[in-house]
Amino acid sequence: MFKNFKMITTTNHKDIAVLYFILATFAAFIGTSMSMFMRLELIHSGSVIINNHHLFNSMVSAHAIMMVFLAIMPAIIGAFGNYFLPVALGAADMAFPRLNNVSFWFLVPAVILISLSALIESGAGTGWTVYYPLSGIMSHSSVSVDLVIFGLHCTTISSLLGAINFIATAHNFTDSLFRMSLFGWAIYITAWLLLLSLPVLTVGITLLLFDRNFNTSYYEVSGGGDPILYQHLFWFFGHPEVYIMIVPAFGIVSMVLSAYSSKNVFGSVSMIYAMGSIGMLGFIVWVHHMFVVGLDTDTRAYFTSATMIIAVPTGIKIFSWLATIIGGRLRFGVPVLFALAFLVLFTAGGVTGVMLSNASVDTAFHDTYYVVAHFHYVLSLGAVFGIFTGYYYWSPLVLGLDYNKNLARMHFVLLVIGTNLTFMPMHYLGINGMPRRISDYPDSYNAWNEVATFGALLSSLSMFVFAVVVERQLTDGIRQTDQTLTPYTFSNKIPNGQIEFNTTPTPLASHMFNSPVRFMTTTI
Amino acid sequence: MMLAHPYHVVTPSPWPMASSIATMNFMLTTALSMHGYVPASSNLLLITFLVLVVSIVLWLKDTVIEGSYLGVHTLLVRRGFGYGFNLFVLSEVLIFAAIFWAYLHSAMNPTIELGLQWAPLDIVKVEAMELPLLNTILLLSSGATVTLSHHKWINGDYKNSTIAMFITTLLVVVFVVFQVVEYITAQFTITDGVFGSTFYAGTGLHGFHMITLILMLSTVTVRMYFRTFSRTHSTNLDTTIIYSHVLDVIWLALFVVFYVWV
Repeated sequence: MFKNFKMITTTNHKDIAVLYFILATFAAFIGTSMSMFMRLELIHSGSVIINNHHLFNSMVSAHAIMMVFLAIMPAIIGAFGNYFLPVALGAADMAFPRLNNVSFWFLVPAVILISLSALIESGAGTGWTVYYPLSGIMSHSSVSVDLVIFGLHCTTISSLLGAINFIATAHNFTDSLFRMSLFGWAIYITAWLLLLSLPVLTVGITLLLFDRNFNTSYYEVSGGGDPILYQHLFWFFGHPEVYIMIVPAFGIVSMVLSAYSSKNVFGSVSMIYAMGSIGMLGFIVWVHHMFVVGLDTDTRAYFTSATMIIAVPTGIKIFSWLATIIGGRLRFGVPVLFALAFLVLFTAGGVTGVMLSNASVDTAFHDTYYVVAHFHYVLSLGAVFGIFTGYYYWSPLVLGLDYNKNLARMHFVLLVIGTNLTFMPMHYLGINGMPRRISDYPDSYNAWNEVATFGALLSSLSMFVFAVVVERQLTDGIRQTDQTLTPYTFSNKIPNGQIEFNTTPTPLASHMFNSPVRFMTTTI
Repeated sequence: MMLAHPYHVVTPSPWPMASSIATMNFMLTTALSMHGYVPASSNLLLITFLVLVVSIVLWLKDTVIEGSYLGVHTLLVRRGFGYGFNLFVLSEVLIFAAIFWAYLHSAMNPTIELGLQWAPLDIVKVEAMELPLLNTILLLSSGATVTLSHHKWINGDYKNSTIAMFITTLLVVVFVVFQVVEYITAQFTITDGVFGSTFYAGTGLHGFHMITLILMLSTVTVRMYFRTFSRTHSTNLDTTIIYSHVLDVIWLALFVVFYVWV
């Protein structure tokens, strides 16, 4: 009965992964368009295209939430994790296929609620952090903030169910986790981070909802509450969240560098431990986002030190990747270009992160464009490059169709130049004291802002080149044979990714064995 | 049907989409009615909630049929359910940890607005050694009876096991009723500053979970009565027992921190 509505009723992890990727692309285009509006507004001082400064702030919030929760996480965890974790394990499917589907379907309401929040009344000008006094009913009386909270609830339910599913799959479908590839490990560790951090966010924003609508005083100072509590609860989730976005990219880059260097990853066990310790340390450093709220010196000293320790496992990973490249013969395929750019640019972002981890230095850097530059280097040039690495590495396998390599290289060049032109000047602006989330600035910041906006135009152009790459790939891509499937692709044990053929005697009626191209073009 | 692997490959299902869209409708209706877009007199909130409940019930119906009548829940599939449920319980524990965090954040350092004391100035607190102590005893007794039921079930004494599970359900129902009595007679409300807010957040969230537990326990009792699971195949029973024990332990922590320590 439900076979005719396969797109919405599917329980196959591969179908769901493709749905995730479609949704992530959709959200990424919404988020990119908002960032373009912001960059165009900031091209000169004074009002350029947005006269309403609250609208600018609403776009800041919606851009961040779209990108973090609805573009990067669905693409890198939802799409790649869903497709390749069962394959890496040699499993038939995820442990809970229906739960897998509901994880995807909770993102659709999230997209709708977040978009509505920006469209209804005046929008939520709170930033993605939704800090309390600003997000309270006195400052944001419209329904927008409530819709943001409900939208975040939807993404939380989605990710939490997904995390439970990933961990249960990893444990239930193999007798030893060490048979997984590094990407499998990355998804596994990410799932633990999600599972342990998301409930705290849920509590934080639910209490905020109560403070807004039901007259409670969890954060309301006049009732004895404390807005700092909200920041604690939010960042206890928020800091693991940034590792949730980057750790799967670590896994993808490891796979790509290993495959294209024709050798195993250097020190793969230490890579696993490095990811694990990054994840664990991620839970005990959250206060470095709150260095200027007035906490005492001892607290700041501890969180400064703990934050700096994260550079150690991250350094282990960077040097292990370099050692992986050095010993082998690197082929410069398109995924390798993105992976190498990831290495360089993520390291740059990591170095600025060490700068920001100093509580004393952070007093100057806090809420300036230096912070914006830092997290765009690790996320926009780290996680997003990881997604593109994964796309160019695995899409021929997923779609059964190859992409145009020259167009893909053009996408790469435009994206690298564009993003670096956008975010490198933000370091200089930040050091000079330009505050973030403000739609205007003194004339002296004009020059670097022009450069940044030009870079943003280039990188949004690269998004269209990417759209052309995908369009060419889907319409007249060359049918892909097995050459991308090196023995290193998934694990050392399982050479072929089409594992479902090995696990069932006959193809199942409702399952898709080969390619989503068939899934999207034919009705079964 | 001969299968090459012991796992359950689920057929397409409309309930995930139905329940997520129902949730969205519920959330949108809630948000819009809180701001007066939807009149408070309309039944939309109730209707959207019922749609959500129906979706979930139909989903669970599918699961029960697959497990009890189609026999696709093999040993490994059940092990997977165990992993999944335990991880879910872990996330629940973290939700309570965050509520405790919110409570202790103010309790350990009450501000000047609270009169620099906890419970705050002029708050008439709930006496720990009265109704809350009785509730604690009731809940610990329910832990004993649920363990009795579990052991009877494992040993094949289905009749006494069912009776013990029924008694457990009754004890939890009485707990929730007493909790309602406590809320009615309490001298402060959720809007009475941070103390009232965090008190009702902690005990209310626990109470909400106890209501869920009543639903789970009564389902299990009915299924035990009709023997829709066996000694070796009783995932629903196992998960319910784990849930009730975890909620007992959380109540003990609540009792100490939210009642005794105040």
